[in-house]
Amino acid sequence: MISFEPTEEQQMLIGAVRRFADKEMRPVYRDFDEEGEIPQNLVQKGWELGLTAAGIPEEYEGFAEERSVVTGALYAEELAWGDLAITMHLLAPGLAAYPILLCGTTEQKESYLPQFCEDEFKSATAALIEPTIRFDPAALKTTATLDGDEYVLNGNKAYVLLAETADLILVYAAEDGATQGFLVERGTEGLEVGDREKHMGIKALATYELALNDCRIPRASRLGGEAGCDLGQLMTLSRIATSALAVGVARASYEYALAYAKEREAFGEPIASRQAIAFMLADMAVDIDATRLMVWEAAWRMDQGKDAAKEAYLAKMFADEMVLRVTDGGVQVLGGYGYIREFPVELWLRNGRGFATFDGLAMV
Amino acid sequence: MIDFELPDQIKQQYAMFRQVAQASMRPISRDLDENEHEKPWDFINQMWPVVQMQEAYELKRAERKAAALAAGEKPAKPRKRRPSTVTLLMAHMIEAMSWGDAGIYLCIPGGQLGGEAIKAVGTIEQKRRFLKRFTEGEPKWAAMAITEPCCGSDTANIQATARLDEETNEWVLNGEKIFVTSGLMAAQESDGFVVVWASVDRSARRAGIKSFVVEAGTPGMKVTKTEEKLGIRASDTVSIVFEECRIPYDNVLGSPEVKKKDTTKGFKGVMKTFDASRPLVAASAMGIARATIEFVKETLEKDGIEIRYGLPRHRLTGLERDVMEMEAQYKAAWLLTLRAVSMLDERRPNAIESSMCKAKAGKAVTLITQKAVEILGPLVYSRKFLVEKWMRDAKINDLFEGTGQINTLIVARRILGYGRRELK
Repeated sequence: MISFEPTEEQQMLIGAVRRFADKEMRPVYRDFDEEGEIPQNLVQKGWELGLTAAGIPEEYEGFAEERSVVTGALYAEELAWGDLAITMHLLAPGLAAYPILLCGTTEQKESYLPQFCEDEFKSATAALIEPTIRFDPAALKTTATLDGDEYVLNGNKAYVLLAETADLILVYAAEDGATQGFLVERGTEGLEVGDREKHMGIKALATYELALNDCRIPRASRLGGEAGCDLGQLMTLSRIATSALAVGVARASYEYALAYAKEREAFGEPIASRQAIAFMLADMAVDIDATRLMVWEAAWRMDQGKDAAKEAYLAKMFADEMVLRVTDGGVQVLGGYGYIREFPVELWLRNGRGFATFDGLAMV
Repeated sequence: MIDFELPDQIKQQYAMFRQVAQASMRPISRDLDENEHEKPWDFINQMWPVVQMQEAYELKRAERKAAALAAGEKPAKPRKRRPSTVTLLMAHMIEAMSWGDAGIYLCIPGGQLGGEAIKAVGTIEQKRRFLKRFTEGEPKWAAMAITEPCCGSDTANIQATARLDEETNEWVLNGEKIFVTSGLMAAQESDGFVVVWASVDRSARRAGIKSFVVEAGTPGMKVTKTEEKLGIRASDTVSIVFEECRIPYDNVLGSPEVKKKDTTKGFKGVMKTFDASRPLVAASAMGIARATIEFVKETLEKDGIEIRYGLPRHRLTGLERDVMEMEAQYKAAWLLTLRAVSMLDERRPNAIESSMCKAKAGKAVTLITQKAVEILGPLVYSRKFLVEKWMRDAKINDLFEGTGQINTLIVARRILGYGRRELK
């Protein structure tokens, strides 16, 4: 039966995540953006919300009774409302954990998944994006070639979250033209973490270039073993997560602009009393709600075992444009102040623009 | 729980409506567009028994509720009751019918908006007196007359008056109404009625506005003009003049008393009808939008053009991006509509969601249909196909039941917590 109400459990989780976002992320995110670092103690606090483990079943020491992408989308929005860079850092381990959960062999699940359910933050990530304007997840330039009992990986990656500290990197590469995942552990020869990247936004988040030079890994490290993985399903999951993050960022900017427009006076009345401003805010509200519903529908389809590829893809396209429009509107409502770094809206615009380029950078 | 699954019963009925749309509406769609003011009688007669059944069911329910109230039973707590699916079903019916033809859909007999007003605020006696007609005899229509030459959304300015003649205990209506959908059928061509907004005290502005039921054939009510329109030509849109038009005292809906002057209390009740009707207008828009997108995709497919989902942006063609934009806009508006509809069924206040979906749907269907004519080019600019007609039909959805701008204004006021003084 059609319903748009999260369950009581989900509402409790949203409440907890929202408190964390409000109390722990909001007071510090601007400083982190300026300094380009996220302190470990905050990451640890966020890890203790248990979000990653909440998606891993009990048999692998997580506490998911029933894994739900809808639940993931709900908490992703709340976190991103707090701050996108911190959120992507917190969710990065999921980039390795969830593909293992969905496609991994029994051995891969048993050996890796319990590590994501421990008390300490487990640094892990995935390497999908490549440093070319013609990047296409389904036609990667990085290659994997079978040589005896080993795979040999070659190529260059970009936007690899936490690469420097990651114990495990899920590297996507083309094997005979088809994209497959390969589990590469820290310290493997031929795996070279490059320079820390400098981006327009998400400046607190540590992302790196990565080079794979004849990087050899055991044949058993192919994600899913002989069966491999379904890239489409993983991309769908990632698109849902990323779109949910976009909703959170957009909401942050919208809420700030709304409050500002009621405070700021011009010509003797709040600027919100002018339709030029009020209509922008109304359009933002409609856009945000619409995107959230599209994300929920795609997530619900995944939970139901229905094909959600098209829904997730359209939601992501819509979300990419929505978050840019809304965060740009946030700056516009604040006028000149919006351009000043003392105010948060310029940060949200920089982060908002990123979504069109974020592919496979979050999973729930 | 967040859930997008339709109940099986609605799925089945939706499938049936889609068949009716395909079999009985599409074949006559073009003809009725080319021959404005003609009525789809076969279709009307086909739908009438369905309408009668639904109206009879609703009337029986109202009777049961009234009997329970009279017997002193407390009405069941809304939260404990299973949410109804009446509006959800109606939205799907309207969507399917509008996929067939939005103008012909508006010709379906029955209470429509006028009936809704009575269902929302009428007494059980009024429901019996006015709604029973939709359960028997020949097809009948009801209409809603709000807009005047001077003003539409600026309802506080309504000039039509209702004066109480205490000697005869009758209301005497005077004034002119325009843009009355199905007004000809309701006021003149069937034994229907028109629900008219008029002021009992103009100095009280909004608080003085009440709605009155005027039955077809009442002396003093006259249809003076039938409009010629850009689209939805199968549906009649008329002007109605009231000249010393006398109706019984009991034909006023809700309390005739004027609450404190210059407050909007009584008026807000009247405006509530819009919270219920706007999502249904949005559903109609979505039917046209789906028809258009389906046609575009089928036409492209026949030409060997496939829309490739999942590609990175730089590999998409401009055409693919356009089609995907159409689909995303459709999805966004439809989901907003379903949300507003399901809140109605759950009996939760939905004023903001209702205006949101109406504003979005009006804009989306306008964009989608206009884009379709652009994409498919000279082929569909021709009247040989229905796309150009859908573009003309679509536009009404951004105009009636409040223009897109009025609905945006309502959303803006609600999110800001502003009244009409703070945000004009």
